[in-house]
Amino acid sequence: MTDTSAAPTANTGGARFVGQRVQRREDLRLVTGHGRYTDDVVVPGMLHAAFLRSDIARGVINSIDVSAARQLDGVVAVFTGADFNAEIREHWVDFEGPGGDASPFRVLADTDVRFAGDPIAVVIATSRYIAEDACELIDVDIEPSTPVIGADAALAADAPVVHAGRADNIAGAIPAAADPVLDEIFANAAHVITETIDQNRYLCVPMETRGIVSQWDPFNQELTVHISTQGPHGVRAYIGRALGIPENRIRVIMKDVGGGFGQKMFMIPDEVAVVLAGKRLGRPVKWIEDRRENLMSGLHARDDRMTVSFAVDDTFHILGVKCDLIEDVGSFNAAGSSSIGFVGLLFPGPYKIQRVGFSAKAVFTNTCGRCSYRGPWMMETAAREQMMDIAARRLGIDPLEFRRINVITSAELPYTTAAGLVYDAVSIDGSLEQAVSMVGYEAFRAEQAAARAQGRFIGLGLGLYVEPSGIAMGNMSSEAAIVSISVNGDVTAVMSSGSHGQSLETTVAQVVADRLGVDFERVTVVQGDTAATPFGPGTGGSRSAVILNGAASQASGDVRTKMLEIAAHVLEAATDDLEIEAGNISVRGTPSKGISVTEVARIAYLRPQELPPGMSLGLESHARYTPNAPFTFSNSCHACVVEVDAVTGGVKVLRFIVSEDCGVMINPDVVEGQIAGGVVQGIGGVLYEEMAYDMSGNPMNTTFVDYLLPTATEVPIIEYGHIETRSTTNPGGFKGMGEGGAIGSPPAVINAVADAIAHLVDGPIKQPMSPANIRAAIDART
Amino acid sequence: MADTTVGIPTVSVTVNGVLRRGTPEPRKTLADFLREDCELTGTHLGCEHGVCGACTIFMDGEAVRSCLVFAVQAEGADITTIEGLSAPDGTLSVVQKAMNEAHGLQCGFCTPGFVVSITALLRDNPDPSDEEIRQGLSGNLCRCTGYQGIIKAVKIAAGQSVAANGKAH
Repeated sequence: MTDTSAAPTANTGGARFVGQRVQRREDLRLVTGHGRYTDDVVVPGMLHAAFLRSDIARGVINSIDVSAARQLDGVVAVFTGADFNAEIREHWVDFEGPGGDASPFRVLADTDVRFAGDPIAVVIATSRYIAEDACELIDVDIEPSTPVIGADAALAADAPVVHAGRADNIAGAIPAAADPVLDEIFANAAHVITETIDQNRYLCVPMETRGIVSQWDPFNQELTVHISTQGPHGVRAYIGRALGIPENRIRVIMKDVGGGFGQKMFMIPDEVAVVLAGKRLGRPVKWIEDRRENLMSGLHARDDRMTVSFAVDDTFHILGVKCDLIEDVGSFNAAGSSSIGFVGLLFPGPYKIQRVGFSAKAVFTNTCGRCSYRGPWMMETAAREQMMDIAARRLGIDPLEFRRINVITSAELPYTTAAGLVYDAVSIDGSLEQAVSMVGYEAFRAEQAAARAQGRFIGLGLGLYVEPSGIAMGNMSSEAAIVSISVNGDVTAVMSSGSHGQSLETTVAQVVADRLGVDFERVTVVQGDTAATPFGPGTGGSRSAVILNGAASQASGDVRTKMLEIAAHVLEAATDDLEIEAGNISVRGTPSKGISVTEVARIAYLRPQELPPGMSLGLESHARYTPNAPFTFSNSCHACVVEVDAVTGGVKVLRFIVSEDCGVMINPDVVEGQIAGGVVQGIGGVLYEEMAYDMSGNPMNTTFVDYLLPTATEVPIIEYGHIETRSTTNPGGFKGMGEGGAIGSPPAVINAVADAIAHLVDGPIKQPMSPANIRAAIDART
Repeated sequence: MADTTVGIPTVSVTVNGVLRRGTPEPRKTLADFLREDCELTGTHLGCEHGVCGACTIFMDGEAVRSCLVFAVQAEGADITTIEGLSAPDGTLSVVQKAMNEAHGLQCGFCTPGFVVSITALLRDNPDPSDEEIRQGLSGNLCRCTGYQGIIKAVKIAAGQSVAANGKAH
């Protein structure tokens, strides 16, 4: 281990690759159909799993008869909760740690069902087709009862409890704290604006569903698991505890993974059932979730309601806010999926709001459980940014002007928020001004007025936020890298990460190549296999740019230092006089006096007598890195322009602009790709996507015909502005930004729609802002 | 798959230039036949109900969703999958190369379907307008890229000029 806080010095490597739009090396296999996703894994003797799920949201299971299913040709086994549920020894994930208030859990429904989609039995057969046939032969008798659907039902005085044995449906709560100072601010404020904002339930929807291939080898007492996940080490540790298998007898492999967005942070019971089935049978078992399952029972997201009050003085400064949040976390919610702690902490975001009152409840309902989704705490931005517009309209000033009055300016840095978070290297007002300049804000207002006079309704919405990237706490505190240069001078970076679209094979290689002074092509990145890689928490919290590359940089720095010492010894020069460029180490100013990296490597491994006296052999370093702050703040401003057809209620997004400050950009293509993906997920969530339940608890959107994702015809060209304010938390000056696109875009779109029809509708419009909901809002007010 | 190795072949198809015979169950989809029996796993299944487009292949020259076709329906057909679009030595097709250049993929799961759809689009319409590109891609879903890089890739593959910042002129 070396000092993690060392700033770059003259001899820490150049920047030939960092900052460049280096093309991805993942692509060769992926564009040709030679990636290896979980369903592409085939193991000899492999069996296939299919689940029987409840189509009733709440009820008591009277009986389960699997005898006919077991008799079907090709069926190897049928398991129910009675077979598996007692097998689980410990149920907690690294993220929670032991002794935490772990979420309710069981492998398969046994006494009762708690949501439509709850797995009741798993069939193991020689083909998926047969396994699904057998599910239809299972006879389950369920006595239905009235389900708890929606937060209001969960909190009703006479509400039945979703989880037997619990006193109520409260999954978590932050009570309102008495704050006489805040009360005084509200009592004396020139203006108090209050509104309640609902956010619809919309989902991660990775294009690859979940999947797992589990192989138990009873003769070596070894478990090998291929899984579609966001991190293999968490899977290994969890299985180890849950099944009582030593971690060092478990190998978890994630090759290519077709997206996660939060949904694949942790295992779900279905996957645990597959591992148990394979272990019981001593045979490899594969389960690939189908799309209906993914939408119905693969974990849900969002679904929040927040009431926000602003106390504003007569010069339009926000003096204080009060917020009350209710999250519907469904039945079996994933660890860390409730964000009530983060929402209050982050609520002031980009503004000078020094007094915040916050209370919250997370409630259980008889619906699919909640998981993290790209900025799980984003209700702070979604609600705050909508309130900025609602308040501005009611105060009679322009929303941009209201933001300018309250925004934290660069002149005020370092700035400490109400929650005690310190912003030092941000450019919040800079990104606001860059975005409004790019969109042509003033000109737009004139255009809007002219259009409205002609009966055309166009609107502009902003979404300004500070993103808490590189979250470094608990199991997420660190990442690790093992960087080595081999006998032939090739570089391998073995990383603690697992990647599912983040381009880490490329960006980590850029960082390592620069630090070592070798060509990008000489660096290979290895990740996603617990047998080869050091512990890491998996992707989440926009961490990889900051923490993973911190580890890559640190380990590479160690190797660089050793290379220079060997070269200095051989060349009879001082290390400070040496430079490494394109794989050659030479005396600065005397390029003829030099030695190649390959030659240094050969000395390090093959000719120890040529090493400096006392130096250890080899060219390799294992570094574990943690940034010097729990958050690395990036900032961004989104600006969206829409046109609303007041007759049909249809919305067309005309322009979308994002000004982003993620510090030093490793690869602008990757940054822009992450922004675009997040933005379009936000556009989808606001305008099209919804997972709705009827009052009986039936999920209404379990196919892509009903759950509408945006396509290429619904999205505009996204325009990017970049500001690079170097971060102080890590040696590269990097900041994370992977979640921000999905944080800032929803309020920008919502505000744009509301702005377009502000003369017709005052107040929040039901989400998703479908033509029907927009028409209903217009009809209700006119 | 156990159900495909015995009996008289009920399906003979040419896949990427090679004659493939099998005995799939009548209900087996062409996508599963290609993935399991032919071991061509580049054809991906994202929804199995004909919306996401990840399983798009060429069948007798038409871009079709192989999850909506039974293998037995493909009897006698000439099929090209994603694996058939690049050279055996890994040399990329124009569309594949453009996807790489334009940062047209992230997780890559939807990519084979997009590559097939774009290849079909440009074959039928070598110089598409923005609107035609978007229409041409609207049968394929991507959750990572926001379609920005994919649209840019179509323009590159069509030989149209593209600005560095994703903005096409």
